[in-house]
Amino acid sequence: MSYKIYKINEELKEFMPPEIVDLEEKATWGNPKRGVMDLPYAKELLEEHSLCAGCPESAAFRYILASLPNPEDTIIVNSTGCTSLVFPHIALHTVHSLFGNQNAVASGLKRTLEWRFPDKVKDVVVLAGDGATVDIGLDCTLQSFFRQEKITTICFDNEVYANTGGQESGMTVRGHVFKMAPKGKQWDKVPMWQLAIDSGCHYVARLTVSSPKKVEKVVKQAIYVAREVGPTYIHLYTPCILEIGLNSDDGLEEMRKTDKERFKFFEYMTDEAKEVIQKKKEEGLL
Amino acid sequence: MEKTEQVQYNRAGQRIVSPDYLLFEAPREKYFMTGSEVVKEAVKRASVDASVSYPITPQSEAAHLIGELWVEGYVGVYFRGESEFGVMSEVAGCSMAGARTVTTTSGPGTLRAMENFPMWAGSRLPIQLILMARGVNAPLTIQPDNLEMAFLLDTGCMIWHAETAQELFDMILAGFVVAEQPDVHVPIITSIDGFFISHTREAVMLPPDDIALPPYDPYRSPMVPLDMEMSPGRFLRDPFVMKSNYVSYATHTSWQFEVRAAIERAKPYAKHYLRGLIEEFGDPEAEIAFVASGTAAAQAKEATLMLLHEEGVKARVVRLKTIRPFPTKELIEALRGAKYVFVPEFNVIGWLEREVRRALYGNLDVPVIGSPRVAGGMTMPPEIIVKEVLQFLGKEVKHVV
Repeated sequence: MSYKIYKINEELKEFMPPEIVDLEEKATWGNPKRGVMDLPYAKELLEEHSLCAGCPESAAFRYILASLPNPEDTIIVNSTGCTSLVFPHIALHTVHSLFGNQNAVASGLKRTLEWRFPDKVKDVVVLAGDGATVDIGLDCTLQSFFRQEKITTICFDNEVYANTGGQESGMTVRGHVFKMAPKGKQWDKVPMWQLAIDSGCHYVARLTVSSPKKVEKVVKQAIYVAREVGPTYIHLYTPCILEIGLNSDDGLEEMRKTDKERFKFFEYMTDEAKEVIQKKKEEGLL
Repeated sequence: MEKTEQVQYNRAGQRIVSPDYLLFEAPREKYFMTGSEVVKEAVKRASVDASVSYPITPQSEAAHLIGELWVEGYVGVYFRGESEFGVMSEVAGCSMAGARTVTTTSGPGTLRAMENFPMWAGSRLPIQLILMARGVNAPLTIQPDNLEMAFLLDTGCMIWHAETAQELFDMILAGFVVAEQPDVHVPIITSIDGFFISHTREAVMLPPDDIALPPYDPYRSPMVPLDMEMSPGRFLRDPFVMKSNYVSYATHTSWQFEVRAAIERAKPYAKHYLRGLIEEFGDPEAEIAFVASGTAAAQAKEATLMLLHEEGVKARVVRLKTIRPFPTKELIEALRGAKYVFVPEFNVIGWLEREVRRALYGNLDVPVIGSPRVAGGMTMPPEIIVKEVLQFLGKEVKHVV
């Protein structure tokens, strides 16, 4: 894109909301070295999220948007759920179309952008919840991996259908009691990170968002690998503090706890992915 | 100042010509082709950017042939999706990214994909779906039957119904042109009755294949293409569309009205590029009138000739080319003076009869007879249409079907 698309007419500037002015004055366009360390000073392309106070997903959104290496040419694909409440707040081209079709939409977008802009890098990143990625959208998610679509898929796993009021999801841990599982979940949490590996992803990571710098590194690696090799997948634990009965300042502690348990940091990469990551490190971009 | 003309070429190397030239003025040559082959010929001349396919009878061959065009360099993006639901989302992605996009499906595939069609319309994506209608399960059928079109009537997509392979060719080209008008910009479903058109050969007149429609310009779209080349219009302080408040309800309501209004705004364009929203056949003064679309109209025309030549009964056919937008005004005008209106259809529910009744109610006082009606793969020989009319008129039925 041209950065001019965020340029505000001087005559109208005084009437513009501050976050729009910030986009022109404080956003970190055109700098692939941008990252979470810019957060206190820069504009991270997200405004006043509409999630619950203290929601770890909102932290995840901030870290991811601050870490995109190429925001000026990045298109975000969302799905239905808590994430869909955020998409109008993202200062990039985003789309919500249906529940569960996000990786199909992203496939069409990415291939068309490659066709329309053969000389430009346009990154397509999917941001969706666990219901969208693993339950209703599993077919589209895995098929996009099989087809080796050059997209990055990021799943916000809160282990529950939170936006609809707390129903069991495929990512709920066995035994947890939620609506629609009044006797507790009868089967295991879906090992989505493993399915991603088996389905052809070239870079897979599983982590919580307790460490912003780690999120930044993983997001950048996933996007660079997707750009040059094929599909990449990031599985983030973003607990629903509301549905598991925590206070708004408990999210970080909950994630730190699970850092040592079921969300212990896990990373997988193919040899092709390793090469890309090594090259980017040498270029000083990682 | 002397007018200069610069010759421009599309990415496939075809000379770009105006839609009017391609549809009405370019010299045409005669070929003998199936409806599926005609799809390839139309897409070849349409500067198509993207297509996604999935197998289902009877549309598969048309989808294969679009794949050949991709290999030959006439289509930019092509692949097989995982299901019709996936495909219709993938073509949505292509269209959102600024591609002129076409896909094909049939029967159960249409229903599998259903959630996508209102999404296409609400997102104002001018995708063209070439629909080769077939029966809907259960019991399992792959036979011709256009029940599925009833399900599509209220999705916010334009729906056109071609009678012949020739008309399908012209409708596909016109479909892109009309659907992509900035004041229209809604999806277009160009339908035919599967097998009858897709699998049979007929003479078609085609313009040369080294000329093509002007490429799609996504920056004329009423919605921002998702390519990060324009400022994102949806960066809002408040996602009001998803809130439970009156502003949110009003926004959603007005948008749905707008999509329907956009379909109505397609009328003058469709009228021009299809040379009328309806076709009138037979004796315009006849008391017996048929209202039909697609293959049923072809059969009604034959029945009209049989009635005249063998029974001395005058009849006329009003053939609807567009179902959405529905040509209400044209239909009422064309039916003036009719005493009986028969609506022959290839489905059990009679969706066109419902549409005709709704259009005529309070406007034209004439009995509407929803018959004959066949389904599940049955053909509609003109004799059964003749029989239906004669029985209704209390005349002797000589033909035995």
